[in-house]
Amino acid sequence: MKAFDYSRAEATADAVGQSARLIAGGTNLLDLMKLEVETPEALLDITRIGLNAIDAEGEGLRIGALVSNSDAAADPRIRRDWPLLSRAILAGASPQLRNKATMGGNLCQRTRCGYFMDNRSACNKREPGSGCAAIGGVNRNHAILGASSDCIATYPGDMAVALSALQAVVHTERPEGAREIPMRHFHRLPGDTPQQDNHLESGEVITAISLPAPLGGRQIYRKVRDRASYAFALVSVAAALRMEEGRIASVHLAFGGVAHTPWTNDHVDELLTGERPSPALFDKAADLLLEDAQGQGHNDFKIPLLRRALAAVLAEATGE
Amino acid sequence: MSDTYDTPDTRDMLDRTRQGVIGQPLDRPEGPLKVAGQATYAAEYARENCAEGVLVGATISTGRVTAIHKDEVLAMPGVLGVYAAPQMLRRPAQGTAGEAPLQDPSRVDYPLQPVALVVAETFEQATAAAKALRIDYDDASDKARFLPTQETAEAAKEPVTAGDLEAALRDAAHVIDANFTTPGHASAAMEPHAAVAEWDGDDLTLWGSLQMIAFNVAELADSLGIDPKHVRILSPYVGGGFGSKLGISHEAVAASLAARELGRPVRVVMSRQLVFQSIMRRSETVQRIRLGAGADGRLTAFGHEALVSNLPEESFSEPVTQASEFLYAGDNRLLGVRKSDITRLTAGSVRAPGEAVGMQALEVAMDELAIATNLDPVELRKRNLPETVPGQGTPYSSRRLVEALDAGAAAFGWDQRSPTPCARREGEWWIGMGMSSAARVNILAKAEARVTLTAQGHVVVETDHTDIGTGSYAIFGQIAAEMLGQPIDRTTVKLGDSLLPAGSGSGGSWGASSTGSAVFYACEAIRATLAQALGCSADQLILKDGQAWAEGVDARPVTDLLTEDLTRTGKIEPGELMEKVNQSTYGAFFCEVAVNAFTGETRLRRMTGAFGFGRVLNAKTARSQCIGGMVWGIGSALTEELSFDARDGHLVNHDLAEYHVPVHADIPPMEVILLEERDADASPLQSKGVGELGICGAAGAIANAIYNACGVRLRDFPMTPDKLLADLPDPFAPAA
Repeated sequence: MKAFDYSRAEATADAVGQSARLIAGGTNLLDLMKLEVETPEALLDITRIGLNAIDAEGEGLRIGALVSNSDAAADPRIRRDWPLLSRAILAGASPQLRNKATMGGNLCQRTRCGYFMDNRSACNKREPGSGCAAIGGVNRNHAILGASSDCIATYPGDMAVALSALQAVVHTERPEGAREIPMRHFHRLPGDTPQQDNHLESGEVITAISLPAPLGGRQIYRKVRDRASYAFALVSVAAALRMEEGRIASVHLAFGGVAHTPWTNDHVDELLTGERPSPALFDKAADLLLEDAQGQGHNDFKIPLLRRALAAVLAEATGE
Repeated sequence: MSDTYDTPDTRDMLDRTRQGVIGQPLDRPEGPLKVAGQATYAAEYARENCAEGVLVGATISTGRVTAIHKDEVLAMPGVLGVYAAPQMLRRPAQGTAGEAPLQDPSRVDYPLQPVALVVAETFEQATAAAKALRIDYDDASDKARFLPTQETAEAAKEPVTAGDLEAALRDAAHVIDANFTTPGHASAAMEPHAAVAEWDGDDLTLWGSLQMIAFNVAELADSLGIDPKHVRILSPYVGGGFGSKLGISHEAVAASLAARELGRPVRVVMSRQLVFQSIMRRSETVQRIRLGAGADGRLTAFGHEALVSNLPEESFSEPVTQASEFLYAGDNRLLGVRKSDITRLTAGSVRAPGEAVGMQALEVAMDELAIATNLDPVELRKRNLPETVPGQGTPYSSRRLVEALDAGAAAFGWDQRSPTPCARREGEWWIGMGMSSAARVNILAKAEARVTLTAQGHVVVETDHTDIGTGSYAIFGQIAAEMLGQPIDRTTVKLGDSLLPAGSGSGGSWGASSTGSAVFYACEAIRATLAQALGCSADQLILKDGQAWAEGVDARPVTDLLTEDLTRTGKIEPGELMEKVNQSTYGAFFCEVAVNAFTGETRLRRMTGAFGFGRVLNAKTARSQCIGGMVWGIGSALTEELSFDARDGHLVNHDLAEYHVPVHADIPPMEVILLEERDADASPLQSKGVGELGICGAAGAIANAIYNACGVRLRDFPMTPDKLLADLPDPFAPAA
């Protein structure tokens, strides 16, 4: 780990517009600093600035950026009205990590691509312009959607996938004022600048995540993984689906482990809406979802796997 | 008197002693220390003025170091030295080597090979300097071969042949001819490799995390070019070894050299990543198994051929066919292992070398044969237990495989299994059952131990033997307490110090039986002296709870017979029995799995193992060993795989987040049945090794259960979801 300056913010305002890396739970950042994949010159500790309450906001909920993952997953309102979020959080990491990890920090966790985490490998995300060793390398857990010739990494988390399906909004503060970023547009595709995981600007601070009024219906987070716990998703499917009179009245889907972002596709949601569920319909939805899917060799299986995981989730959610 | 074990000891000594502690499920005496964080592990020995060393791994795959820019980092804060001496190790030592492994790290044999040690006042300073150290290389990676191939392989040893395999296969009513692949495995011990080295004049003390102290002293002394009498190694607690700490590794030699140069203690703790990248891997295997059987399922042909890999100049090759040599019938045989030299980290002993991967393939092939012959898999195995070792005629010592198959089947409820795949569906899950045999060679190793009965009636057992989490402290205490008739709380066991008599070391499942036999003999010598003092023959002597008596001789406190501490040393060496009698351990696995019809995820629902391995010395530690073995079997079946980049041979998944050992959620209720037996051919304790038996074949049972669940026959391990998808039945189709 390289030496760094450490200071502590007392209020949100102290953190906004700063060039220092923000640290809260540090569950990902510290690991990367030990590997010297991340080498910040200064860390600004924001764990004491508040932002750790979960408040009702109209029919929705506003979750402070520094609420721990454990507290959010255990919140009775979240468990009752947005169970998808609770389930997705509990599907990730370990109790110890969830106790430390914060809501805002979780959104900012970085890919677990083995080449990104290994300084001797070429990686455009770590060192722009150096190339992508994952292409042609061990890429079993890499992206099948939205990848570029510069980067095929995936966003690794579960929570953001659920938040995407739940139509959550990320609240931030910048020097020029507050802004709101829909969760579905928070992360970005790699393109030729994979070093940028998301649309946060330098000095911008996540202050809260808000959930709109409960979507109701069945909420399912299906994480397919190599072992029963403590493994990143091979693919995951988040679904909030409501049936009316035997038809899908509304559905919001998001997918993890397949792209540089939690993946959403409004056309897939629209295709399903108003239809009677059937294996044939699920297949049509998967066709559309996977229209542009591209395997990298070791991860080719994710294409049929995502199709099957989607079918499983839709079958369960619709009672088909 | 010769120390070699040439004649079976059929006295049933430990059944005639009276104390009643042998075999009991006693707690490990060091357990409370370990769970309270009070057992001191290698890196925790705080020596005054200790400097910290960090190893630097090569950034090329193979080639030579041409320059190390030491001066740049020597100017960094706290840096004390940069070392790349020719005595430093290029590779770790193989188990029981007893001499220096390949040295001179200026030649790079594999990616991330440690090439230098940076020492500084603090760990952070040493780490920063190690990361900053610039090294120039003559890179020969373009000439390296990173993947094993049949074309480049050579026979690892003379193949075992008998009869005419090809002809027998042609004539067989049923033939199975299948190829299997298993990936590389890491030992993945919890405690990383660490060493603290301190010199006092010419004398070196090294606190290390090591499995075989006497061998390790010889390896370290030879590496340093000094007399072994100047080397003391301490390793009283070891946080798991699984083969990776059989021999010394880079950190021990580097710490010793730097400590000598600096004239102060040096600690070197390897990072988790570097342990994965530079210590020891289990070779991946490609296996072809050919079985030929008559209409009645009796094997006539048995072929098991494997391709493994290692670095050039390494003698070790994964002994894949080890159990195939003795387990099943088939007079026409061909067993062979070929080794391909490749550029990856050293391959060596990792948890049950040989059987762990060989048995899992063989037991799948046997399942396929059971289906072909329309026999119950249990029955097929029973029909194929030979009278003597096929092709050799060697008799077997105790072999309770039939009992294990029957006891396991009954406890598990094997009769509830449908032989037809896809017969049971619960929601999204296909449910299936599978079974396999367990088999593992048994080895007796040379060992020595010292036992003292103090004038106060306290028992002290001393040997350099290690406890790697297996129960050595408990078991040696039980043997001595049983033999000397003292309560266990009057027994103390001292281990892991090379100043003590050389035990066998922990490895190859041989520790408890081998060093335990030395303890037994030392106690016998003490008993002889006590008998003389009491005025009876040693045979007649009865010892219990500190009292001594014999038929017609009144009981007296043992302390009355002692005028001073009574110390005796016991020794054992393997003898003719190792050659004349096939001594192996046996068992059977039964398991139930659920396979997700949509995603291909496999979740184990329950597992039963029944094992016979001679006398059970401690029912609790033995059971724990069996469960631990089965857990590794589950890992081998479902999750564990070293992923190497085929372009440069480097290991991509080098930590416990990305190398998937099973986690708690993967492990369902586990049932273990211990079958008591006495194997006088194996040791005077009539015990055999159990440490690794629980692994050997377990993954095969899981593969067979997956087939029974969903009809997908997998021969490529681990059986991750991606490998099932293509052949899974339509998830929306109703169960058959």
